[in-house]
Amino acid sequence: MNEHDQHQPGSFFTRYIWSQDHKVIAIQYSITAIFVGLIALGLSALMRLQLGFPGTFDFIDASSYYQYVTMHGMIMVIYLLTALFLGGFGNYLIPLMVGARDMVFPYVNMLSYWVYLLAVIVLLASFFVPGGPTGAGWTLYPPQAILQGTPGADWGIVLMLISLAIFIVAATMGGLNYVTTVLQARARGMTMMRMPLTVWGIFMATILALLAFPALFVSAIMMLFDKLAGTSFFMPAILSMGQPLDHEGGSPILFQHLFWFFGHPEVYIVALPAFGIVSDLISTHARKNIFGYRMMVWAIVIIGVLSFVVWAHHMYVSGMNPYFGYFFATTTLIIAVPTAIKVYNWVLTLWRGNIHLTLPMLFALAFVATFTVGGLTGLFLGNVVVDLPLSDTYFVVAHFHMVMGVSPILVIFGGIYHWYPKITGRMLNERLGQWHFWGTFLGTYAIYFPMHYLGVLGVPRRYYAFENYDFIPESAQALNVFITVAAILVALIQLLFIFNLVWSLFRGREAGSNPWQATTLEWQTETTPPGHGNWGRELPVCYRWAYDYSVPGYEQDFLPQNMPGTHSAGEPAGVRV
Amino acid sequence: MGFALVLIILVVGSVLFHFLSPWTMTPLASNWGSIDITLAITLIITGVVFIAINFFIAYAVIKFRHQPDRKADYQPENKKLEWWLTLGTSLGIIAMLAPGLIVYADFVNVPEEAYELEIVGQQWSWGFRFPGEDGRFGKSDIRHIAVDNPFGINPLDEAGQDDRLISSNQILLPVDRPVKMLMRSKDVLHDFYIPHFRVKMDMVPGHVSQMWLTPTRTGDFEILCAEFCGVGHFNMRGYLKVVEQQEFDSWLANQTTFSQSLDKEKSLPLSVQAKEGQQLAQSKGCLACHGFTDSQVGPGWQNLYGATRTMADGEQVKVDDSYLSQSILQPSARVVQGYAPIMPKLELSELEVQSIIAYIRERGTDKPAQQGGGKTGQDLAQGKGCLACHSIDGTPGVGPTWQGLYGKEVQLASGETVQADREYLKESIFQPNARVVAGFQPVMPPMPVSEAEAGAIIDYIQSLPKPEGERHE
Repeated sequence: MNEHDQHQPGSFFTRYIWSQDHKVIAIQYSITAIFVGLIALGLSALMRLQLGFPGTFDFIDASSYYQYVTMHGMIMVIYLLTALFLGGFGNYLIPLMVGARDMVFPYVNMLSYWVYLLAVIVLLASFFVPGGPTGAGWTLYPPQAILQGTPGADWGIVLMLISLAIFIVAATMGGLNYVTTVLQARARGMTMMRMPLTVWGIFMATILALLAFPALFVSAIMMLFDKLAGTSFFMPAILSMGQPLDHEGGSPILFQHLFWFFGHPEVYIVALPAFGIVSDLISTHARKNIFGYRMMVWAIVIIGVLSFVVWAHHMYVSGMNPYFGYFFATTTLIIAVPTAIKVYNWVLTLWRGNIHLTLPMLFALAFVATFTVGGLTGLFLGNVVVDLPLSDTYFVVAHFHMVMGVSPILVIFGGIYHWYPKITGRMLNERLGQWHFWGTFLGTYAIYFPMHYLGVLGVPRRYYAFENYDFIPESAQALNVFITVAAILVALIQLLFIFNLVWSLFRGREAGSNPWQATTLEWQTETTPPGHGNWGRELPVCYRWAYDYSVPGYEQDFLPQNMPGTHSAGEPAGVRV
Repeated sequence: MGFALVLIILVVGSVLFHFLSPWTMTPLASNWGSIDITLAITLIITGVVFIAINFFIAYAVIKFRHQPDRKADYQPENKKLEWWLTLGTSLGIIAMLAPGLIVYADFVNVPEEAYELEIVGQQWSWGFRFPGEDGRFGKSDIRHIAVDNPFGINPLDEAGQDDRLISSNQILLPVDRPVKMLMRSKDVLHDFYIPHFRVKMDMVPGHVSQMWLTPTRTGDFEILCAEFCGVGHFNMRGYLKVVEQQEFDSWLANQTTFSQSLDKEKSLPLSVQAKEGQQLAQSKGCLACHGFTDSQVGPGWQNLYGATRTMADGEQVKVDDSYLSQSILQPSARVVQGYAPIMPKLELSELEVQSIIAYIRERGTDKPAQQGGGKTGQDLAQGKGCLACHSIDGTPGVGPTWQGLYGKEVQLASGETVQADREYLKESIFQPNARVVAGFQPVMPPMPVSEAEAGAIIDYIQSLPKPEGERHE
């Protein structure tokens, strides 16, 4: 039995349910993530209804509002974005793009999905326990997360912490696989510096995840102990509802340090795969090599390293030692330099390109525009003294939704429109896609751009209602109505996308094996969709970098990575190995 | 093409929105104009980059859009350009960071001449403390917190005796004097935030955080909580009035000192139920907005019970048990004229509501001087242990219940009957076993009380409500 045959699946059951095929696991991850993402989207619509039309909807009381806020945030960041980028895109693309038959530990990979699913089930179960899910805010700051006065302080918070711990087990199993596969299972000739930036982004993000998630894991366990066993890791001597508690000596700020030591790298766990994917989308659809490939790789690495020394910029007004502010403001603004370079290189890739405004390209360009806004507003919040008036206001809400909400989601959409033909063999419907694109891009801009101005005005976040605050003019409520209407429209237009995913599966135009005429290996498989084991009898051999578009002297405007031949004249020296 | 046009419209629209929108920073009221300047610098630099990048994309999309005969350039790198861009970006970063850190140094270093103010947060109200004449705060600890010591000041610390306490959501500060704010929390995280002052800081239990500022104009300012602190977070209101020094001085001189508050609380003639109510009023934060002085946040409780008040809709309402109970459970149902409907609903049992009402009634009603040397009959009854054997609610005990006792005909162990009047009760206090009620053992010791104290106890017995069914006799 040769290597290829080992990858042949058995029954329907082992093929689609207990599957060890990275592609099936990727789809399982993606469908689960999109499913919980839709729940979180619905929760955000409920929140917006309360903010736009306060008091109109009786069932949204203060407790449930805070529960929506919390579950929306946590689901979106962890259970949708992280899971979809690493478990979905990472799983599907890494083996195909580096020319491997599968992940190096297929069984662990399968376990990773089922453990992730368990985490999701535990999380969703908290909607049905007494008191409902936790309403502590997605940051789960103690002491309030585990004390009366916060919704779900009895059951909800316990399930949340357990679910996070389970999720981290799943992410670790997946993560070890992705890193090892990239390091050990690349095809012949696929040097690190020939890898597509998509793989670089996911690879670096996975390393961040492996190093950052343990901080969240221990803080979840410690808080569980504080809640259930009466320890005092995060609990000083305090009162709760006027009554003294038995805790003593713990530090609430310690939790914040641990949380953000995870939380800031988490931003890049989501952002780096997006950076990588968008680089490939822009390059492919502009028919031009990515500009400054080596700089792009180093930027990813530098951002990854720096992301571990900026965490306390989330804590400028937390009451921590104020001298920390100097250090963290400096590191935070330094990280803007490699990030800016990435933006420059994306737009410079367009220069003298041959730009096809396909759906993936539209989403990629919309990402650059949105990410620019989100990145630039980060310079306000990262600069410690400018953060003082803006922190804990709607400016922060607008900023992080632009930079790590909408931006990565636009890339996810772009990525799905781009790779759907490879996954299913069919194209997504163009007309539906156009509606989806314009509604999502313009709609989210209409939601979040004006929202910054509420923050500049000083409107605090995490407020259930703003009635009778004199400093907030009545016009602010009009703006809230506008934002709510835009948000509902954006939410509804996502249904088009879901419909398109299902409809095109049966009725979409046949795609062929390489509809975008792309260079990377996943488009060069024998069959589309690729079978279990990905390649035919022979593994592909890589002869060139991932960006040989419009190479002078060739008729066709792309040279696949597995196309033998001399290195192209323009391939940068450092890339050749 | 379409995309490029939309992008250009988006950029132009965003810039117009910036200049035309009515949503700008609140008018500055502190010394932190320098923060506004750093914000403006950041806005200009980032604004230029925002416009440049988007216009570049739009231009490239128009100029280099796909055409059948077009082939893209092949240019993997341009070292020179990349370094220039890196350098330019770094300069832009420095231009934002340097002024930012300089201003931040001002924020971190508190001026010597700043006076100190302590701000204490709890779910969902504020408290304030000034150090008093000695300029020093008494040490505080969460373990000292009690009904008569809501700030948890160490009662033995000399420095704390003259601390001036403001247990309400309203505070005055003098204009043009730097104030160093020391902040702590009794329960969860809070954040002291006034938009007009620009700076804000979390309040953390078990920890003292700080910030400083100088109010630069007089006026009223709203205090908000900016760190999520549970379901009442959005309604944790406070009010700060910035006034001239003179007005501040006379206001502060009228605030209770810690030692005064201890005396005052000790001398309060409250029933058990009202004491329960007092505890609740403190822990649920009622006193932060109401209290027994005039307040702009909620109606004061002094002389409230039994008074007639005008509601927002003009209706005249007598403040009685049913009105108070409704106002506690459904705060916005009938709001007193002149007050905003901002009170959050409280989760309270019927019994708890009754306790709070008892507190409002007893504490808020001016009483004539008490008999019994300032001690009330109830205090005595508790302190001397009477209530251990005599119930006040009709429950049988070691001794006869006091409920409905006063004036009642009772049958004695000797067989005769006697009316439980002032004389009989007095005799029973001083010579307990002289005339024992039938069915009880002669076990009560003679009470070491003064004539006046006995009178107070009898007053108390007399004041007790009669049992149901006997009321209309």
